[in-house]
Amino acid sequence: MCLPLPLGRHTGLPLPIHPLPIHPLPIHPSPAMETTAVAVQTKPAPPELEVINLTKRFGTFTALDQVSIKVTPGSFHALLGENGAGKSTLVKCIMGFYTPTSGEVLVDQQCRDIDSPKDAHHFGLGMVYQHFTSVPAMTVAENLVLSRYDSPQWINWKAEYDRLDAFMATSPFQIDLRTPISQLAAGQKQKLEILKQLYLNSRVLILDEPTSVLTPDEADEVLGLLREEVTAGHLSVLMISHKFREVMAFTDEVTVLRKGKLAGHGYVRDLTVDDMAHMMLGEKTEATPVEKVTVADSRPVLELKDLCADRDNGLPAVCSASLVVNSGEIVGIAGVSGNGQRELVEVLAGQRPRHSGDILVNGEPYQSTRREMARHQVYTLPEEPLRNACVPHMSVAENMALRTFDCPPQARRGWLLSLSNIRRMAEGLVKVFSVKTPSVDTPVGHLSGGNVQRTVLARELSSTEINLLIAANPCFGLDFSAVDYIHTQILAARNRGVAVLLVSEDLDELLKLSDRIVVISGGELVYESPTATADIKTLGHKMAGH
Amino acid sequence: MATEALGLWGVPLAIIAGTLRGSVPFLFVSLGECLTEKSGKINLGLEGTLLMGAMSAYAVSYLTGSPWLGVITAGIAGMFLGLIHGWLSQQPRVNDVAVGIAMIIFGSGLAFFLGKPFIQPSAPQLPTLSLAGWTQIPQLESALSISPLFILGVAIAPLMQWFFRSSRWGLLVRAVGDSPDAAKAMGISIFKVRMASIVAGSFLAGIGGASLSLFYPGSWSERISSGQGLMAVALVIFARWNPVQCLYASLLFGGAQAIGPAMQSVGIDAYYYLFNASPYILTLLIMVITCSPKRTLTGAPGSLGQAQE
Repeated sequence: MCLPLPLGRHTGLPLPIHPLPIHPLPIHPSPAMETTAVAVQTKPAPPELEVINLTKRFGTFTALDQVSIKVTPGSFHALLGENGAGKSTLVKCIMGFYTPTSGEVLVDQQCRDIDSPKDAHHFGLGMVYQHFTSVPAMTVAENLVLSRYDSPQWINWKAEYDRLDAFMATSPFQIDLRTPISQLAAGQKQKLEILKQLYLNSRVLILDEPTSVLTPDEADEVLGLLREEVTAGHLSVLMISHKFREVMAFTDEVTVLRKGKLAGHGYVRDLTVDDMAHMMLGEKTEATPVEKVTVADSRPVLELKDLCADRDNGLPAVCSASLVVNSGEIVGIAGVSGNGQRELVEVLAGQRPRHSGDILVNGEPYQSTRREMARHQVYTLPEEPLRNACVPHMSVAENMALRTFDCPPQARRGWLLSLSNIRRMAEGLVKVFSVKTPSVDTPVGHLSGGNVQRTVLARELSSTEINLLIAANPCFGLDFSAVDYIHTQILAARNRGVAVLLVSEDLDELLKLSDRIVVISGGELVYESPTATADIKTLGHKMAGH
Repeated sequence: MATEALGLWGVPLAIIAGTLRGSVPFLFVSLGECLTEKSGKINLGLEGTLLMGAMSAYAVSYLTGSPWLGVITAGIAGMFLGLIHGWLSQQPRVNDVAVGIAMIIFGSGLAFFLGKPFIQPSAPQLPTLSLAGWTQIPQLESALSISPLFILGVAIAPLMQWFFRSSRWGLLVRAVGDSPDAAKAMGISIFKVRMASIVAGSFLAGIGGASLSLFYPGSWSERISSGQGLMAVALVIFARWNPVQCLYASLLFGGAQAIGPAMQSVGIDAYYYLFNASPYILTLLIMVITCSPKRTLTGAPGSLGQAQE
């Protein structure tokens, strides 16, 4: 079989799909592919990256079992899998963070010992992490210079700026060199992470969920520009992703991991989303359909009146926000990260003092005290739950009891804690909300992101009398099944008559769940529309501040 | 101080003189702490380092007759304490402040223990430079004689600023202090960078100690530092982790320290202890003014004082 280089993604012969249940053999593209070089490039073609039968054990736990993958030069390769499927472990083995237990990493068909990211860089491999790895207090230029492995001991800034300007002129993204990272928006930071690798002359980019913090527009822009670089033969990309939309739109090939094993491989043009979801999850699963029921006698639950709040640096973050959320309704707040959403949620959650304005819950003034939260049954799913909603060193059981530990039956006579009751209630919640934890005594900080979110969800949604739910990016960084689960839970709460304020940077999520969408831009609520009649273009423009 | 002949003019003169003398330990300790904190670690133990530096400088100067050898020894003694702090404070889930307090007790205890025999004898002092060659007034001459260590400190401040801005090591220190995860992703050893910063910072603090015992007040006793090492930590916050501002802040603190003796020198004995307490009051005021629940400090290294997982 002779395949052309996958420049256009819809050329070439179809390869069969390989959903491989147990001990799969790797499927290698034909050798002809490797020899087809893009001759006319001024930049050197990216090397070929191949992993053969890689196994990684942590103690008795096998994180990766005989996994093989091949990234052909000039291809955009997606690595799919649920949380804990071993995707991050695989790329960390490639990048030299971990030493594989067995197996080989080949660059240009030579077996290489990669013991550190520096070695990986030497072979042209560069990784963009899920979390930003730029130093917030330093400027773009300082970060770029620092990221170089060979930067000189004494830096001549004038010469460096000249060189950086020349580099910027040829790069796919443009960022002002003198801006401190802390002032960049999420999209720009992600662009900088990619730029950094280009600046380091990495030819094979490994991206770990690069779009999880971006708006759809930003994601499309970043991936589109990368796609152009790949199509031009300057780069190969291996991208870890959960988002089928992006996989379908931008990638050529896909490799799927499940529970540390290779679950399938194929060309995107031959696959449907269902095929990939099937490989990822092991059985046919579809997103639970959204079913909304109209709630009778809807009444206002949360009212904001000219609410103002300041940022950490004292500058205004939320300016005169006025909003009503009714019972049995999900109000979505859309906006690009850093436009005041975080501060708004922090004020509502009681983590930040308001500057001025009123918050009414059930028509009564609300100060976010513990007593008021209990009386009005207000619950919160904040973003970064480990930081905002958990005590990392305390156990799962203790964290699940944070709302109710001082009420019977978890406390006797209002002050004496019953640890056995706390444990028993937690064990029930762990089962109902399927939190994967070794035991309820495990510190919550040891759980994976998805399970931390489930722990918080269990605490916040287990009450039968919820009145108001405030959720901020509840699905950030979670995999398909976790996202589906959380969406179902939020919708179920809405259908029970709970008023839900959903703040999210994921527009798809808001369009799916919310009844009304409000756009926040520069701290002001600038636009409101029922979701049914919302126009994505208009929303995008309003989010961008036009 | 011989300011009687100058009348009330003696007060500002005494304050200036006191500033030039008294600010030296503040300057060195705050520069050392600035370097340490830029790497993301707090070293409260510099109070102990200061005492250890003062004692070892005095002892070596006395035993060898060379004050400069004493200064070097003070720096090395500081580095030794820095090594301990650097290693201890970087163990998993260890809190910097707790280690720092232990190091204050250890450093001062060790200094008192080893320094007992040197309280009585008098050691050769560092030479001083006179800024008052143009005047015949002896009071001015004595007031305006400054320590070469002061000049050294004044030179180090902008050098450190430049180091943070334009050297690879400086950028590494800032990266580690602001975002250890980012530094780790760049393949930087956080342990080594922090260790080097703590050790270098402790070296400076040790030299600050030498200026106490070999310049001003110029003797060794157990009460010689009177909390200046701890005040220097507050001073770094006041200076927004900026070495050049550390210099200005040190001058301010040195000046505040000189108010009491200056007033006394012109015969104002009332509120003597209150005036002497002015550096402490200043520290407290700065803490109150700079702390706010509503905003974070600008310039604070992002990971300052956080324990490693």
